[in-house]
Amino acid sequence: MTESASSRFVFDPSANQSRPLWRRLIPQRWYAHLILTISVIIITFPMFYALLISTQSNPEVYNHKFTPGSMFFENLRTVMVQRNMGRFMLNSFVIAISIAVGKTIMSVLAGLGLVYFRYPGKWIVFGFVLITLIMPGDVLLIALYRRVVSFDGWPHPYVALTLPLLASATGVFIFRQHFMTMPPDLSEAAQLDGASPLQFLFRVLIPLSWNTIGALMVIMFLFGWNQFLWPLILLRDQHLQVVQWGMQSLSQNLEVGDNFGPMMMGVIITSLPPMIIFLILQRQFMKGFALTRDK
Amino acid sequence: MDEIAYSVNPVVVGLVGGLVGALYFAFLRWQTQVGSLNASLLVGAVCGVAGAMLLTAPLGYCMFGADQKNDDLIVGWIMVALGLLLTLNLGSMLLWRFFRGQRLLPRGDTTPGAFRGRFGALYAAAVLSPTILVLVYFVYLPMFDTLRLSTFLARFGAPRTRFICVSNFSRMLSDLDYHSNLFLSFALSFGIIIITMSLALLIAAMLNQPIKGANIYRTFLIWPYAISPIVAGSIFGLLLGTESGIVNRVLDLVFGVKVPWLVTIPAAQISVVLASVWNVIGFNILFYTAGLQTIPKDLLESASIDGASAWQRFARITFPLLSPFTFFLIVTNTIYAFFDTFGLIFVLTRGGPTESTFTAMYRVYVTGILASDIGKSTAQSLILFLIVVGITIFQFRVGQRRVQYGNY
Repeated sequence: MTESASSRFVFDPSANQSRPLWRRLIPQRWYAHLILTISVIIITFPMFYALLISTQSNPEVYNHKFTPGSMFFENLRTVMVQRNMGRFMLNSFVIAISIAVGKTIMSVLAGLGLVYFRYPGKWIVFGFVLITLIMPGDVLLIALYRRVVSFDGWPHPYVALTLPLLASATGVFIFRQHFMTMPPDLSEAAQLDGASPLQFLFRVLIPLSWNTIGALMVIMFLFGWNQFLWPLILLRDQHLQVVQWGMQSLSQNLEVGDNFGPMMMGVIITSLPPMIIFLILQRQFMKGFALTRDK
Repeated sequence: MDEIAYSVNPVVVGLVGGLVGALYFAFLRWQTQVGSLNASLLVGAVCGVAGAMLLTAPLGYCMFGADQKNDDLIVGWIMVALGLLLTLNLGSMLLWRFFRGQRLLPRGDTTPGAFRGRFGALYAAAVLSPTILVLVYFVYLPMFDTLRLSTFLARFGAPRTRFICVSNFSRMLSDLDYHSNLFLSFALSFGIIIITMSLALLIAAMLNQPIKGANIYRTFLIWPYAISPIVAGSIFGLLLGTESGIVNRVLDLVFGVKVPWLVTIPAAQISVVLASVWNVIGFNILFYTAGLQTIPKDLLESASIDGASAWQRFARITFPLLSPFTFFLIVTNTIYAFFDTFGLIFVLTRGGPTESTFTAMYRVYVTGILASDIGKSTAQSLILFLIVVGITIFQFRVGQRRVQYGNY
């Protein structure tokens, strides 16, 4: 315990000067850097390895070459054109964006209705929404499928696919909590100015909620992009299938092992859009979860 | 009514429920020393009778019929027990609130700053209706369907259905395959919870240190959160391949062994656990990082000044204060293990070898979609539903008792 207890928490530039040379050369908290570096290597290795394999031909995979192969464009062409992944990606984009936007709009509106109006039985309405958290879609899968296919007036299979997923107890809960932390003066002032609730929503609430909206959009987009089981059983037409379905079709004949390059190319292109969205909205995402120190 | 023969008379079932309820409430009265004993006994008996009837009466007590098998009778008593759990807990909660003079129901409206005007309720109904309608049509009605269909012999494509009481459930009692599916789901949750959460907590604790580049580390560590189970399964299919996999290549070079990861029995399950851990660890790190930032620095600092070691500070302050996050993660990891591993297993092992990596959700898919046995698969879905309800109650109960809400 040579280090004084408080210097761990208080930044003190002079503290560094008085320390011996070897302590200045080795970074402070080297163990944290060591553990984090090892964790980063282990956690990112599978993805980098997939990226490497996506450029290789099968003999190169079996020889465990650690240099990029020659098959990058060949594999890309196989996956996008021959295995139709371009089409599946477009399908998933349409589905994921509809789900993310739809869920967010409906959750914002429901949050408004649960916070900014007075009516009897409000807690019943909230409980009615919240209790659906214990009924995950997978539990209802068979009954939902039976109910959805028994109706044949769907304008497009994607309406049947996305509409049941549009209500979000999580989203309603998050926006309700968020709106309740807003100072009541805001809506008082808006009312004095004669604003309607929707004007108040668009002019005041939404501009103050971009972090929450961004965080929720990331989660909802991932939810939509990662849909697999529900489209698998619902969509009959293979051309309408989603990217995760295309991905699993690339992973067929794994034992035969004649398709590792295209399969990993599939892994890369399937993972790119969510990772890009995650990186773009990372700041909102972290702030929405209060993950950054500066609030 | 008279011509139906019962092996256990419904009146007896109701009386048993009433007796259990009265005894339980009397015990609570003795334990808390609050309220009147007579009122406790009366309300307890009423709740008990209602609990015994709750799940059995809608089916006309058919499981207690003389023509039913022994297993149906067992299912019947389990249904009585589940009904009692629900009504007795709810009833005692309300009754003791009444005894203590607390509000029975949550306050309807506590919001300052609500919009004034006569049409407030109409406006609220309009903005809430999209969510409510979707929930009614695509969550509540399918839930009701699931309950109803689980008592039927029904198939996709066959127009006729037949009421078969609780046979779909009672057959599960002797279905050893289904038992092992359920066991695998629990074992998978257990493995994911233990491995992922301890690693994630360690990593989050390191991220929380005032070190350079913490943001960069964090981005790289949280990122597998964006990966789908299908992709995780595909990558691990490559890594763990017997001849092609890099893991076996390393094992071969170092130890001279090759493990047939995906095609032999304990190894396949271990592969599923490894792939799942990789898939969820980002999410766990994300929430533990958020949790660590809620812990007040001055608290740790004063403990440090008082001479508490780093381990003591962690065990006595940090970990207890993190418990809301721990319980949340236990629940989400269990839900991941039960439901989301479907896609991962679908590509990694296809449920094999010899159905050894069939989770309970995989069984629902195989029974309901591939074998199109709706009754049986909705019954299996209901078991999953009960498990979700169970872990949610666990989170609330244990969580609220042990969770520290910052009143240090």
